[in-house]
Amino acid sequence: MEKTVNHKAWFLVLPVLILVAFSAVIPLMTVVNYSVQDTFGNNQFFWAGLEWFEELLASERLHNALGRQIMFSAIILAIEVPLGIFVALNMPKKGFWASLCLVLMALPLLIPWNVVGTIWQIFGRVDIGLLGYTLDKLGISYNYTQDAFAAWATVVVMDVWHWTSLVALLAYAGLQSIPDAYYQAAKIDQASRWKVFRYIELPKMAGVLLIAILLRFMDSFMIYTEPFVVTGGGPGNATTFLSIDLVKMALGQFDLGPAAAFSLMYFLVILLISWVFYTVMTNLDKRDGV
Amino acid sequence: MAKITLDNLAHSYSPNPKGEGDFALKELNHDWEDGQAYALLGASGCGKSTLLNIISGLLHPSQGRILFNDVDVTNAPTAERNIAQVFQFPVVYDTMTVHDNLAFPLRNRGASAAYVAERVQKIAHMIGMEDVLNRKARGLTADAKQKISLGRGMVREDVNALLFDEPLTVIDPHMKWELRTQLKSLHHEFGHTMIYVTHDQTEALTFADKVVVMHDGRVVQIGTPEELFETPAHTFVGYFIGSPGMNVLNAKVEGSRAYVDGTEIALGANYAPLTGKVQIGIRPEFARLSGNGEGLPVNVRRVEDVGRHKIVRADFFGNEINIIAPEGASISPDMNRVTFDAKRVNVYANDWRVEGEAA
Repeated sequence: MEKTVNHKAWFLVLPVLILVAFSAVIPLMTVVNYSVQDTFGNNQFFWAGLEWFEELLASERLHNALGRQIMFSAIILAIEVPLGIFVALNMPKKGFWASLCLVLMALPLLIPWNVVGTIWQIFGRVDIGLLGYTLDKLGISYNYTQDAFAAWATVVVMDVWHWTSLVALLAYAGLQSIPDAYYQAAKIDQASRWKVFRYIELPKMAGVLLIAILLRFMDSFMIYTEPFVVTGGGPGNATTFLSIDLVKMALGQFDLGPAAAFSLMYFLVILLISWVFYTVMTNLDKRDGV
Repeated sequence: MAKITLDNLAHSYSPNPKGEGDFALKELNHDWEDGQAYALLGASGCGKSTLLNIISGLLHPSQGRILFNDVDVTNAPTAERNIAQVFQFPVVYDTMTVHDNLAFPLRNRGASAAYVAERVQKIAHMIGMEDVLNRKARGLTADAKQKISLGRGMVREDVNALLFDEPLTVIDPHMKWELRTQLKSLHHEFGHTMIYVTHDQTEALTFADKVVVMHDGRVVQIGTPEELFETPAHTFVGYFIGSPGMNVLNAKVEGSRAYVDGTEIALGANYAPLTGKVQIGIRPEFARLSGNGEGLPVNVRRVEDVGRHKIVRADFFGNEINIIAPEGASISPDMNRVTFDAKRVNVYANDWRVEGEAA
């Protein structure tokens, strides 16, 4: 059959193009526009070229924020992924308790970010918060508004509380898809519990875990609301992660040029890391297949 | 290698079975003799897999005991029973190589490296996978994976029994025949007790010394392929085995005569008066179509030529019956009579075969 060539069909894509243009491309280009100009207000702009980028790349402030950000993402991934798998392995497989567990696990995911922040902000207060008060009475020095370690611990525990469920639910879905025959064969082959995990459960969960890690990485790398509500980036700059720093720069100091350059680099870094991460993981997958 | 005894065994999947209908496996007493190859034959859902999983310990029976060489193992876990089992769908450890897959059961039992290497080579040769030993098992075709599963089942020499749960379902026909032959030769060589679950009668009849036919959670007959063919103990065996299956007709039996719709049919034996649902069964192989006026009237509906012979589908007093005619026979329109080989007619009361006295 001969194929009909009709280029008018391209017009069907037009609505999507317009939508994407207004929702993503034009705002992004505005940022690009800001990043290469300087202003002294009154809507007067001067060409600045790559100056902002050069300045930022050399700035210690950005380096420190990036360091804190990488550390934060690494810590929460190192806790949430193993913990999520552990929880998933111990959840009941079916029946009433399975449903109950699923609902309970999903609850933290349904709470809005700033509410989570508020909950922990109050929870950790030494005067009225259950956690802060208890720790204080136990003689443990805990004050997240003054002590950098306490602030970090609070932010990390809050994120673990909020997001481990996501990893657990994804891992649980992966586990549920394993046919019984695998466990039966493992019993016949006298595989130990560890080997069942290593050679059956882990490989079968690999796909969903990859998604879980990617999601958690991106989300934690862009985290803003919760630490902002709890610590406001403090004490000092101890919990000032990249996006908190960005907001300070853009709205606090109204440095539009540097903030725009910052945004672009931030965006590219996330894109790059996610891409590298995804490529490496899928290649691992493919290499296994050969 | 062991004799496996099932003592009063029954299983129900519901925790509080009420009547017999709740039992997936009805009460059963049977000895699986050491070193025999058995086929467990039956339609899907008749309890074959349940029985197999009880023997291997994956399932705990609701009642009764299982003994290996007269030692009670009912409460022993699978690992202690030292059984190999191959499942219907391939189970391979994706991230391991084919070699490691085959070595897995041996390594878990702490076998020496030299022994593992030797066994794996031997099994790989047997399943024809020597050239892919170093490949990852993931990405292989379904039948290659199933061959690995079979290989893992056969790699241990000291197992008490080898259980196969419809292992060749996903394998293509040519390979099926070859693997079945391999299994048979393995059986001859090592003399393991083997139980082979299948719903394919050809597979069952070619593989096994003895065939166990199950129907609706019950073992209805245990016998050699010949016994199943000639004297099916239950009407189910009659029509499940054979292609086409046995003709089963409602009849009245008096002495050495049966009556179907008032027409007399000679029987090979004398029968005491029977109660309940009385039927006679004749295999199509023992019925003959003729045109010379002897025998009983039939209307030929259809003739199917299957190559080796012809299957005649005919109407016999409103019952459809099958008759097998030799391949060379010409079937003409005036052939409207059927004769039955009197000695080959079996009599059934409530679906179970009744033994007659010699006439």
